[in-house]
Amino acid sequence: MQKELSKRPSNDLSNLVIRFSGDSGDGMQLTGMQFSDTSAMMGNDIATFPNYPAEIRAPQGSKYGVSGFQVQISDKDIFSPGDELDLLVAMNPAALKANIGDLAPGKTLLVDSDAFSEKFLKKSGYRSNPLEDGSLDAYRLIAVPMTKNTQKALEDFDMDRKAKFRSKNMYTLGIVYWMYGRDLDHTIEFLEQKFEKKPLIKEANQLVLRAGNIYAQNLELIATHYQVRPASLEKGHYRIIRGSQAIAWGLVAAAQKAEMELFFGSYPITPASDILNELVKYPELSVKAFQAEDEIAAVSSAIGSSFAGDLGVTSTSGPGLALKGEAIGLAMMIELPLVIINAQRGGPSTGMPTKTEQSDLLQALYGRNGESPIIVVAAHSPSHCFDMAFEAARLSIEHMTPVLLLSDGFIGNGSEPWLIKKLEDLPTIRKNVAQDPENWTPYTRDKDTLVRQWAVPGMKGFEHRVGGLEKHEKTGNVNMVPLNHEAMTKIRAEKVKRVENNIPALRVHGVQSGPLLVVGWGGTFGALFTACKEIREEGQEIAHAHFDYINPFPKNSAEVFSAFKTILVCELNAGQLVKQFRSSFPKMNFIQYNKIQGLPFTNGELKNKFMSILSSGEDL
Amino acid sequence: MSETIQYTHKDMASDQEVRWCPGCDDYVILRAVQRALPKIGKKREDIVFISGIGCSSRFPYYVETFGMHSIHGRAAPIATGVKLANPDLSVWMISGDGDSLAIGGNHFIHVLRRNIDLNIILFNNEIYGLTKGQFSPTSKLDQITKTSPYGNTQPPFNAGALAMGANARFFARVSGNSLKEMQTLFVQAEKFRGSALIEVMQNCPIFNEGAFDVYNDRAQRPNTQLFLEHAKPMIFGAEKNKGIVLKGLKLEVVTIGENGVVEEDILIHDAHEPDPTLHTMLVKLVNPIITGIIRSVDELTFGDRFIGQMNARKSAANGKTFNDLVVSGETYYLK
Repeated sequence: MQKELSKRPSNDLSNLVIRFSGDSGDGMQLTGMQFSDTSAMMGNDIATFPNYPAEIRAPQGSKYGVSGFQVQISDKDIFSPGDELDLLVAMNPAALKANIGDLAPGKTLLVDSDAFSEKFLKKSGYRSNPLEDGSLDAYRLIAVPMTKNTQKALEDFDMDRKAKFRSKNMYTLGIVYWMYGRDLDHTIEFLEQKFEKKPLIKEANQLVLRAGNIYAQNLELIATHYQVRPASLEKGHYRIIRGSQAIAWGLVAAAQKAEMELFFGSYPITPASDILNELVKYPELSVKAFQAEDEIAAVSSAIGSSFAGDLGVTSTSGPGLALKGEAIGLAMMIELPLVIINAQRGGPSTGMPTKTEQSDLLQALYGRNGESPIIVVAAHSPSHCFDMAFEAARLSIEHMTPVLLLSDGFIGNGSEPWLIKKLEDLPTIRKNVAQDPENWTPYTRDKDTLVRQWAVPGMKGFEHRVGGLEKHEKTGNVNMVPLNHEAMTKIRAEKVKRVENNIPALRVHGVQSGPLLVVGWGGTFGALFTACKEIREEGQEIAHAHFDYINPFPKNSAEVFSAFKTILVCELNAGQLVKQFRSSFPKMNFIQYNKIQGLPFTNGELKNKFMSILSSGEDL
Repeated sequence: MSETIQYTHKDMASDQEVRWCPGCDDYVILRAVQRALPKIGKKREDIVFISGIGCSSRFPYYVETFGMHSIHGRAAPIATGVKLANPDLSVWMISGDGDSLAIGGNHFIHVLRRNIDLNIILFNNEIYGLTKGQFSPTSKLDQITKTSPYGNTQPPFNAGALAMGANARFFARVSGNSLKEMQTLFVQAEKFRGSALIEVMQNCPIFNEGAFDVYNDRAQRPNTQLFLEHAKPMIFGAEKNKGIVLKGLKLEVVTIGENGVVEEDILIHDAHEPDPTLHTMLVKLVNPIITGIIRSVDELTFGDRFIGQMNARKSAANGKTFNDLVVSGETYYLK
């Protein structure tokens, strides 16, 4: 394919943060994704953050219908979608109103001036037109009649107004591509495939993309043309991966590596549905993706599949995890592999389904009746979702116990470059398959790991019964003797504890001892890592440790903690991991920093917090 | 199967002591299952029993096959997972009226809707036994139970009608004290490809003694129960002179030889009729109660469709692996 390039690169930027915002029907997610993908293919590191409303198509022009997609692209490794915007794209007044607060004076604002009609201004609560009343004077305002220009570009197309209107986002993208020196090729090719069977729509979108690009070239207003040079990422074969896709692929890889079939029982729920949406595509890879009648059936079917020898996996989000609790307890009790993925969202109850939060940690650790410890791990970025999904499956199979993987809407929906991994790059997964029926009972355990041997239906001589009732320590037969129950409870806890021998040590980024250790888990990795790195670059001593393994903790955790004067635990909840630390390391002092707004940490607020602790020189 | 194995019912008994109340029909059902299993042509290790919670759900512990005593109401989805993981297994789901029609009601209708190849034995004793005597979703109106001291105010489900509503392809009903009939039905259920539901009218001697006497009692049974056989006329009665006819939109009991009724007027049972209308009318009759295989309609099973689709995709994909997936679509090199 002939490379179509936006011409005239001039000023180089090392880093760029753009937020696309509009109605939830404006196609901003797609526009943002296209910009990200194109940038990644041009060698930039990228990190994205879609922020969309719970309503699929809220009334046009209304504030609660505003959908956003933020992307940071950089010539260096980056770990978060950034928080200081260089460009805000606002497709209507509501989008402007919802987002202008995040745009610093002097930065660029691109709007569709056609959308600033009296009706939409009123709907979004503007008394006068901000494009005309001087209230936007502090910004570099670029107002383009995108709606009219799009209609005009498509004059000769036999399409209705509405269909033409829908391609407006490509016009916007064309402008932004030129502004930042991006190639059009990737998007042209994307449209080629997406609308393969609708040639008219394909041509319309491609034409509008070019029209926007040409318009921007010819427009005096866009005087400065920036480009971001390729990042110094590790050399190799890459693709852009979304977090939820990475989870799905990690599971597929684990099943193939373990020579098992993947059974995935799930029920649609935001934001976990994308994992189901992805896995249904792969029956040819022996993926059995089963959409069940409810959350409980989803997890139960996965348990049944594990009993019969598949890798049983289920996925959900907070409310669904609550429903699955009893069944997870069963899997723990009968000691079968089961992977549970919880893509966290804002809670409690229905909460804020499309917003991000880390408030299911305690539910993951304790949300079952009785003493029922399971392995809990967390993914910390979109591409890390692949590693942790694989890891969750590995630990579940090797230790014959449920593993709960915590992800969240932020990293599940986010995307970044992924250095492609193949099966041969991944660790071996050892199954504990029973060998000798003569010397076997269902609860015969390995001396060191306390893992029982797995016998599945079809294995002659291994016919046996398991169940949720308490069982005899040796035979596995139903047994309610008091001391046996106490022994079994301790064995089940010890078995999970010993998983610490099969996981990597906690790693500290930055100084290995000093005044302040910042601790986090899950999707806050990028924000914490970047803030700490920038503070170190300013000459201060600060370290960051991120917990991918939460139950059990890495063996060296206490050792790491003891090397720092102050330990600050940062979480997007009211303080859940810190609670766990305080009970696990009672002699140590932890302070906490929490945000419970359904939004990720921003770089600015983290740096302020860290600097205030460093300068006060005392623990709080 | 490469080798033929001759089992007896003793091979199907585990070493666990059976702990149901003396006189419970569950013993009869267990014996019927243990006698049916040697006749289904499956090896022991290829048979799986999955139960939920309740008196009946202790069942898997007593059968020398693979088994799981799971959690309340969830036997259906667990059994579904087992069957989809390994379609070659003979999978039996053991459940009761509380387990399947109350807490597991959602799974019950969906398992039937999908028509996954399971044998489902529904122990219907019209009471909660394990929790000691509360009314169940099949308890009779006005019945006095522990939680309805002044009479049950919740109208009951008819399990058969519910199953018909959920598009069950196989439904049979049988008395809990009929060892032989149960044995035969269990073998037929196993041979049926799809969800085969057998409702057992099971007497609970402790909390609901005599609930089914009118149908199960040997002396009364000929006049109160009509055991259907496919392609045979619907005739019953101690003197084999009563029968079922369709009058308008209702079934009616008539006596052959009275009012000009002759044997040819009596309905002939067609268990294989896809239209469930008549089957639905039959399951709702109470005098006589209809037993035997009321409905048995061949259709693709969920496994045929689900695993079938997977296998078709696999052979079309020609050995594609994960390594092909990761390089499919758009990828790029950084040098």
